[in-house]
Amino acid sequence: MAETATRTTRHSPLAHAADRFAAATRTSSGDLRLAELPFRTQLNVRLDPKGPAGDAVGLALGLPLPLEPDTAVRACDAVRDLAVLWLGPDEWLVVGRPGTQQDLESRIRAAIGEEPAAVTDVSAQRTTLLVAGPRARDLLAHGCSLDLHPRAFGPGRCAQTTLARAQVVVVGRKGGFWLLVRSSFADYVADWLLDAATEYL
Amino acid sequence: MLLIPCPWCGPRDEAEFHYGGQAHLAYPEDPSALTDEQWARYLFFRDNPKGPFAERWMHSAGCRRWFNAVRDTSTNEFIEPRCGQTAPRGERGELGEGGRNTTTGPQPTTKPGGPEVESPVSERDRAGETQPFRRATGGRIARSDRLAFTFDGVAYEGHPGDTLASALLANGVIRTNTSIKLGRPRGIFSAGVEEPNAVIQIEEPFPEPMLPATTVELYDGLVATGLPGRGRLATEPDPARYDAVHAHCDVLIVGAGPAGLAAAAAAARSGARVILADDQPELGGSLLSTGRLPSWPAEVAALLEASADVRVLRRTTVFGYYDDNHLLAVERRTNHLGAHAPDNVSRERVWRIRARRVVLATGAHERSLAFADNDRPGVMLAASARSYVNRYGVVPGRRAVVFTTNDSAYAAARDLAAAGVDVVAIVDTRREPGAQVPGVEVLAGHAVIGTQGGDRLTSVTVAPYGSEGPDGSQGSGGSDAPQREFTADLLLVSGGWNPVAHLFSQAGGKLRYDDALGSFVPDSCRQAVEVAGTANGVFDLAAVLAEGAAAGIRAIEAAGYPAATSQLPPVTAEPASPPAHVHVVPGAAEASSFVDLQRDVTVADLTRAAGTGMRSVEHTKRYTTAGTANDQGKTSGVLASGTVAHLLGVDISVLGTTTFRPPYTPVSFATLAGRDRGVLHDPARLTALHPWHTAHGARFENVGQWKRPWYYPLSGEDMETAVLRECRAAREGVAFMDASTLGKIDVQGPDAGVFLDRIYTNMMSTLKVGMIRYGVMARLDGMIFDDGTAIRLADDRYIVTTTTGNAAAVLEWMEEWLQTEWPDLRVRCTSVTEQWATVALVGPRSREVLGGLAPGLDVQNDSFPFMAWRDTTVAGIAARVCRISFSGELAYEINISPWDALALWEALDEAGTPYGITPYGTETMHVLRAEKGYPIIGQDSDGTVTPQDLGMSWVVSKKKPDFVGKRSYSRADTLRPDRKHLVGLLPEDPSAFLPEGTHLVADSVLPAPPVPMLGHVTSSYRSAALGRTFALALIKGGRDRIGERLYAPVGDRLIPVTVASPVLYDPEGARRDG
Repeated sequence: MAETATRTTRHSPLAHAADRFAAATRTSSGDLRLAELPFRTQLNVRLDPKGPAGDAVGLALGLPLPLEPDTAVRACDAVRDLAVLWLGPDEWLVVGRPGTQQDLESRIRAAIGEEPAAVTDVSAQRTTLLVAGPRARDLLAHGCSLDLHPRAFGPGRCAQTTLARAQVVVVGRKGGFWLLVRSSFADYVADWLLDAATEYL
Repeated sequence: MLLIPCPWCGPRDEAEFHYGGQAHLAYPEDPSALTDEQWARYLFFRDNPKGPFAERWMHSAGCRRWFNAVRDTSTNEFIEPRCGQTAPRGERGELGEGGRNTTTGPQPTTKPGGPEVESPVSERDRAGETQPFRRATGGRIARSDRLAFTFDGVAYEGHPGDTLASALLANGVIRTNTSIKLGRPRGIFSAGVEEPNAVIQIEEPFPEPMLPATTVELYDGLVATGLPGRGRLATEPDPARYDAVHAHCDVLIVGAGPAGLAAAAAAARSGARVILADDQPELGGSLLSTGRLPSWPAEVAALLEASADVRVLRRTTVFGYYDDNHLLAVERRTNHLGAHAPDNVSRERVWRIRARRVVLATGAHERSLAFADNDRPGVMLAASARSYVNRYGVVPGRRAVVFTTNDSAYAAARDLAAAGVDVVAIVDTRREPGAQVPGVEVLAGHAVIGTQGGDRLTSVTVAPYGSEGPDGSQGSGGSDAPQREFTADLLLVSGGWNPVAHLFSQAGGKLRYDDALGSFVPDSCRQAVEVAGTANGVFDLAAVLAEGAAAGIRAIEAAGYPAATSQLPPVTAEPASPPAHVHVVPGAAEASSFVDLQRDVTVADLTRAAGTGMRSVEHTKRYTTAGTANDQGKTSGVLASGTVAHLLGVDISVLGTTTFRPPYTPVSFATLAGRDRGVLHDPARLTALHPWHTAHGARFENVGQWKRPWYYPLSGEDMETAVLRECRAAREGVAFMDASTLGKIDVQGPDAGVFLDRIYTNMMSTLKVGMIRYGVMARLDGMIFDDGTAIRLADDRYIVTTTTGNAAAVLEWMEEWLQTEWPDLRVRCTSVTEQWATVALVGPRSREVLGGLAPGLDVQNDSFPFMAWRDTTVAGIAARVCRISFSGELAYEINISPWDALALWEALDEAGTPYGITPYGTETMHVLRAEKGYPIIGQDSDGTVTPQDLGMSWVVSKKKPDFVGKRSYSRADTLRPDRKHLVGLLPEDPSAFLPEGTHLVADSVLPAPPVPMLGHVTSSYRSAALGRTFALALIKGGRDRIGERLYAPVGDRLIPVTVASPVLYDPEGARRDG
């Protein structure tokens, strides 16, 4: 249904914080990059990894569903911009370009066939925040108890955990992180990040 | 913080988990076959063992999986599944015994870089120095910079590198305040965190109470006053920032004295992540005070700075040691900058450090002795005086007597003498002390039995110390013994040393009494920790360095990193003779011998405590308050134990110490709160429509963490008027509300219907696709847990809604049953609470508003009946419209993407304007639903209420073989006729308002207590539709009392009320279809 709406009237959860993120990024002189990556497609996929559906979905996406806990796989080229995050032993989050949820969902459902599984569009459930730059890890360390050192949490890692007082999905990226934040908590997390960034600005 | 091992995600902080109680309690195969007693046993009875306990946990902030674990309830250790890191037991330094008290080698007579003999003080006119007790040279202060400060209203000068205490001493000020109970003058007693006396209050630049002057770094513009033992909280808000950081390391080394530096040097450059934390601005620890190895700390500091994986935290006190090697430290980042502290840097920072291995090199505190009038300003710990001379370039007095039971005070005497202080005598309780100081008389076998003076010590009385036994606690020579009096303004005291075992003890480590040392030293600990150096009872510098280096190497090797070779500086061994173990020295009967200076606790106080029969130091501590002040008895704890042992005639090793608890030093609440203040104190969850609500003057109500519009007052309206207006619009025209906060769960799979039949009390599998059903879920005890609606999207797919505050709990509940009891069910649940925004459109004109915006939707009642849903577009926006009513009026709930919510809301606002569309908030929603008798779970129910109690027997299926809670509805307790029922209440005076929570009684006159209570008001409102006030209440046997008159005590009045049906408005339901 997302495609039918008039795009100009859409509002992402942190559209109103874009200026503050941009100002912080500017003031940090390259130490930090903060931005919302709005409207990204997110599909929650739950199925039995031991059944045939898991491999079929991997083939359909061109990315195998990661089976190791707290890891993510990613394909980013001219055609695809796709990541699959491990959320649980039978649960993944497929993250793609904005506006691709219907296409992705139908491909995944076709691959699953008659196997019992659940595919749910959760694109608006969480918004995506980019936290990057040389001080990104220091910034998150103010509120995240996980060890985010590159040795322990580099690209290819993801984790559901808490940042300050909000639940988040942290995804390790080259040069930084994605934070997937529940939309209702997005204002809080934005305020918290900007406050924690004060020292680096 | 405890780490809990998630079998999927590995060890995570305990805060990410939800406890699920005892494991391996299977749901009975056929609950209906159980007797009430058997069912009650399953429901309510759980094991409660001390020791290993199998229990269930859910990783609720992570992968949301339930798992079983075995935890030892007495230690909190998880036995299975195991955490990644397990703690070795009882590991001790190899040098533990053999390395201490070395007696070989010549005694050094000069120290490298030691001070030379000089005039004790510099003259005022020399180089413009205004500090009469400041040495002309020496110390680690920056003499070229001057800092102006004020103490007790007098202006002074000091230098960078000073503490407030050293600067005061340099200016000849030793008396800082008076004591808390007795008002006796007190002075600077130590040079560190152990300070019991010199407690001050900073007044400028920002008020801060109860700080030891010995720990306050001097800065320009500091204004402080001495405190009579008690501070004053600031009345103005603290303008500073505070924050916290999580840190992880392979090795945490606490303390940067010789042992800690040796450990850090050994661990650096190994590739291991190392954190070295020390509470001083400069690395070196005791070396800064003794003057030994003067250049080595800086060399190690340079090495550490050059090592990429080493983090050095200066001005950082590790104050708490918790489970799984989690340690908390506070870093004082800008305090020492005074008014020049930058605004964007936190003043203090809490470090939350998770370390694979910990090396504690926390040093030792010198102990005092209990003798007569041992509290006068001028009485000072010997090593602290040495610190003032060597580190701060200050002489704390001009004429000193030294009183000791061990060798360490001789070094202090030497350094003071070298600095020009006239050391007139060393009084040693030992008959044959091994050490001596050239030119100073040693009075062996003597003790100080009294002091004289007022604001400053003037003289010291010394007498032979008689018949010293092995425990060193025998009496003195008596009144006829020859006494000597020495004129002195300084009395240095050393009663021995207490290893700083606080953190080790907090970690769960056990202490043992060391006979040779006469103090308590670390023994064994289940956590991965090692103690090195003086903290481990080792006092010879060479041995301290070797033990520190060995501990550092062992720590990095245990963490899997290769040890590099590190070179230790050469140190000459010192001769040592054994200390005497003395705690109490008898003196004049009328004089006070203080044990705890900060609490004014004397030997006489402890004697009274022992006299009452107390035999434990935990008891005498609480009886006398010894050790309870904000110094937590750092200098007095072992002295108090020794005194009580002396009084009871038992060995001190039998008594032990009192318990060490965090924090090691006081930490302010502001620091602990960090940035969790103001708007960041608790997350406010906002809906996509929040900006519109704010722009239109909504007042908000907190529902869980959500901010929901409560009501929208027009200018000049109070809440009552606004709510009556909003209610009228919903009943007579059209109104709309943001209902986005309701929890929503997408339930998919072939067994979705079977699953919901088991979770809800009513039947969900028979619901037709395209339709909606109200449902109630109960806990196993039959009490209502939550309610909501289920809409059936397809044969294998439902979306169910939950109450706003219960969304997460309901999802966890569903996962618990699916994962632990019904893994065979092919169904999965996914939260979609924020995937949808929901707008309730309510009122007789709502059909016209919706119809105008949804041309593709046939809104007529026949084609779109009550409790049906349709996918359509509303105002060009894809929407799922549900015909649900929580008000009894014709109503719709329009679900759209939150990205489009504002567009839809504004379209509704515009299309509804001709009909007077009115936004309404939660208060109006509550009134409307209450007029219809619809309960709110959590307001009209409280966990002791069944669906039948609420008059909703119809929602409890009689056809289903079983569902969660079913067996409980045939328990004798749930069948009682006098259970509380939900009923309506109409005050006889239609304007009388009953506050929620008001009790109800039977009679118009209150009988003598206890007054029999019939129930209480759960909801109470003014109704526009009824033209009166009304309430809902839970009342014993309420449904059988309809029509009865009861009384509600409000203030001192008894308001007569009539019990009514809970459905007070449109009981026949005529308005639902418009």
